[in-house]
Amino acid sequence: MENFEPMIVAFCCHYCAYTAADMAGSMRLRYPPNVKIIRVPCLGKVDAIHIMKSLEKGADGVYVAGCLEGDCHFKNGNVRAAHRVDYLKKLLDEIGIGGERVEMFAMSAGMGERFAQTATDFTEKIRKLGPNPAKVARHEDQRAAG
Amino acid sequence: MITAERKPMEELIQCVKPYRSILLAGCNECVTVCAAGGRKEVGVLASALKMHFLKQGKPLEIQEVTLERQCDPEYVEQLVSNIDQVEAVLSMACGCGVQEIARRFHNKPVFPAVNTKFMGASERQGVWAERCQGCGDCVLGFTGGICPVARCSKQLFNGPCGGSTNGKCEVDPNVDCAWQLIWDRLKALGLTERYEDNLPAKDWRPGGGSGPRRIIREDLAL
Amino acid sequence: MKTESTLEKILASGDLAVTSECGPPRGALAQKVREKAELLRGYVDGINVTDNQTAMVRMSSLAACILIKQMGLNPILQMVTRDRNRLAMQSDILGAYAHGIDTMLCLSGDHPYFGDHPMAATVHDIDSIQLIKMVKDMRDEGLFQGGDKIDGPPKMFIGAAANPFADPFELRVARLAKKVKAGVDFIQTQCIYNLDKFEKWMEGVRDRGLHEQVHILAGITPMKSVGMARYMKNKVPGMDVPDEVVKRMGGVPKDKQADEGIKICLETIERLKNVEGVRGFHIMAIEWEQKVPEIMERAGLLPRPNSVNSGAQNLRGGKP
Repeated sequence: MENFEPMIVAFCCHYCAYTAADMAGSMRLRYPPNVKIIRVPCLGKVDAIHIMKSLEKGADGVYVAGCLEGDCHFKNGNVRAAHRVDYLKKLLDEIGIGGERVEMFAMSAGMGERFAQTATDFTEKIRKLGPNPAKVARHEDQRAAG
Repeated sequence: MITAERKPMEELIQCVKPYRSILLAGCNECVTVCAAGGRKEVGVLASALKMHFLKQGKPLEIQEVTLERQCDPEYVEQLVSNIDQVEAVLSMACGCGVQEIARRFHNKPVFPAVNTKFMGASERQGVWAERCQGCGDCVLGFTGGICPVARCSKQLFNGPCGGSTNGKCEVDPNVDCAWQLIWDRLKALGLTERYEDNLPAKDWRPGGGSGPRRIIREDLAL
Repeated sequence: MKTESTLEKILASGDLAVTSECGPPRGALAQKVREKAELLRGYVDGINVTDNQTAMVRMSSLAACILIKQMGLNPILQMVTRDRNRLAMQSDILGAYAHGIDTMLCLSGDHPYFGDHPMAATVHDIDSIQLIKMVKDMRDEGLFQGGDKIDGPPKMFIGAAANPFADPFELRVARLAKKVKAGVDFIQTQCIYNLDKFEKWMEGVRDRGLHEQVHILAGITPMKSVGMARYMKNKVPGMDVPDEVVKRMGGVPKDKQADEGIKICLETIERLKNVEGVRGFHIMAIEWEQKVPEIMERAGLLPRPNSVNSGAQNLRGGKP
């Protein structure tokens, strides 16, 4: 697909990653507009279904960004998210979508640069991987039907 | 609860491949508790299957329904409204539920999405362990509340065997030796003299030894 | 006397009894049984024949016992509850007795997890203690476990295993008491390296007078090498090998280790001869059966009482 612009969904926890995103904004740091941020109170709120639905509805890559180890405001929401991401990576490999399309990142509230870098790196990675295979087939399907 | 684990994706994919539309039926009871086939798991599996078959270029239509439980005909009856729109049913309930659906809709292919495992209890979130094998003649009153049938690898009624090591079973260092647990309980209850009562050979008939079992309550079954 | 068992006669006479072991082959070659058993002729009072030991399929204990009986020797049938239900076990017991086998050992059996068929269903219809009681009732009441009369009850001398070294230690005397209550006649213990612990167990046994209600044969296994010592210490559940033993085995050069192992074995036997309640020995020389004659000789346990040596006498002694 020429000129493929990846659609990335980033679940960011309010206390750390979202604040880091804010920080990136204040610092006027650039990061790709491909990344759609969804703020959650804690990464523990993000469940398997949210990530799966994001991909099902057309996202090419999804990441969850949360607090550094030991810093979670709600004790271990970030740990829960990490385990869920590992589980989904396996599942996505098994169905042929690819576990590389899902990732977990950790950062503190002040890490504006890290937020921007993560967003940039992940977008590039997905760009190289190409579009979500489920999406491509659907488009081709529609094209064939139309 | 009755515990189960979702079958491997490869097996499920092969199972639904021949169909263009399926009903994915979850259950709000046991399989919800052990995170194998409740509403959440139905959602995730439906999403996974849809994406897989989209990728294959053979879109699979999935209706998602989670019943209160699948082991009661009244609830299974609720599927009547969906059943004609699909070619097959993939049930995430335990074996009891799968069979109940198959019984009610006997010309609709029904497949199990989970492997039913054991009757157990939650040790903590995400960990479930076997507690009961339905032997039909409960001796928990004699063994301090620990089941020698379900929790002893050799279902000894007069254990432990010579392989008990540091309170663990010789078969798996993560499995507690049931008879160590029983002994500890008898000690805590001040009932250690009971240990030397030899429990007699078990009559396995109430445990399924004389075929598939059934309970009839005369006062309830009209 | 409860039975015609040679072992019972020797124990009743007050002499020390000695038994050994013969593991059947992993195939149908009868010759392998005969070769192993022949090594023990004249040296022991009874030969245990193991039953699918470590849950690996071998020729059945019953079949191998019959071969050994036909040689004029004295087999001891081992029966585990893992593989057979109570029908099959009673059936085999009747069959064994019909062939003149009059001594048996009742065991639970190692878990299939350890063996070559971990995918098999385990039976455990009854446990070893219930098996002891079942055989006792067959012999003394002449009744099947289900209650019917037996037409020709098997008069079995009943044995079981005891492991003073398994956990929890505080239960190990009580467990023996349970077996005695169920009706066991003799016990063979797990092989002994930790003599202090064994003597402590015997103390508990004597305190309860159990040593007078059951004949205890102390288990002995000679070490072949320091590797074997380490393996048994670390990899075998229910086995207690003190560090000193491993050190001692490792302290001699490789070609001398087997001799050292025999030395330790003989010292153990000597010490155990003086432990009140020990009525004999059960020598399990795994894959080293040819050492049994030497051990017996050097331990001063020869000659064995007359009733075992004569092949002709044993042939006559079998039940029709």
